[in-house]
Amino acid sequence: MRNIIKKFTVPIIIGLIYIGLAFWLPDTAERSFSVAIDYAKEMVFIMPPVFILMGLLEVWIPKDKIQQWVGTSSGLKGILISFLMGTLPTGPLYVAFPLTASLLKKGASITNMVIFLGSWAALKIPQLLVEIKFLGGAFTLLRFVLTFSVIIAIGFIMEKVFKNNPII
Amino acid sequence: MVTIITIYSILAVCLVLYFWKSKQKTFKAFKIAVKGFMKMLPSLLTILGIVGLILGILTPEIISRLIGAEAGFLATGMAAILGAITLIPSLIAFPLAGSLLRSGATIMTISAFITSLVMVGVVTAPMEIKSLGKQFTLLRNGLSFLGALIIAAIMGVII
Repeated sequence: MRNIIKKFTVPIIIGLIYIGLAFWLPDTAERSFSVAIDYAKEMVFIMPPVFILMGLLEVWIPKDKIQQWVGTSSGLKGILISFLMGTLPTGPLYVAFPLTASLLKKGASITNMVIFLGSWAALKIPQLLVEIKFLGGAFTLLRFVLTFSVIIAIGFIMEKVFKNNPII
Repeated sequence: MVTIITIYSILAVCLVLYFWKSKQKTFKAFKIAVKGFMKMLPSLLTILGIVGLILGILTPEIISRLIGAEAGFLATGMAAILGAITLIPSLIAFPLAGSLLRSGATIMTISAFITSLVMVGVVTAPMEIKSLGKQFTLLRNGLSFLGALIIAAIMGVII
């Protein structure tokens, strides 16, 4: 019991902040609460399949396959696979963290995983369509090209930094 | 909606395929899934709570007031910081950015806001740290923030 409370200390504190806010600034508290509920609904639908897919990946996909697809010597093919996997319409970024951790454990390279996370966050197909609609094609295209270049650069920098100390 | 359909279709195909291959091994995958989920649950609740608080306080009107008409580097920097600490769904963020642009914000400011919004996640950092470690998270988000500023500067010059 004590262990559980310790694990959930931060959420409990945040809950108390909400209660305090309800007395002090009821309008803000109401808005905050409805935003939190909206995100909770999204999580309830998205998290279970993601964790099951993660489990399947750990049990079923052999290490050498992952290394071959997105490992350190996968080259251009690895970059392309990571980019394409990232752009699929698969939900918010926090979903990708546990998946990335599993892939790293299985031998994916840091460069590719940074590209995967970056594409997932910034270059998602549904998101690009909304962007074109509201900010125009030129803006979207330029941001796409620049962001893609920056993500690849960050990938290579981080690979260098973590070269001698594995993170997982 | 597209998201949910995509992810459940992928899951359905995988489940059918792997159950047919080996029931036992696939049940092990479920065990790993539950364990992973329980490990992540506190950070998930934390994210929910903080996102609610931030978006409850930083309404679209307040964001507009902070980075709207004011031009210059201060507004751009402010936009990048706001983008980094908020987590706004694209269906709200892009219309907001579009209307800010029409009401006088510069391309540089809007690019900084959008780019750091999608690339930097301060709110989701606890979860990223839990999965990928502190150093990885700090470095990735730090470099992404820097990248967002560079992208904004280039876009401001070109467009």
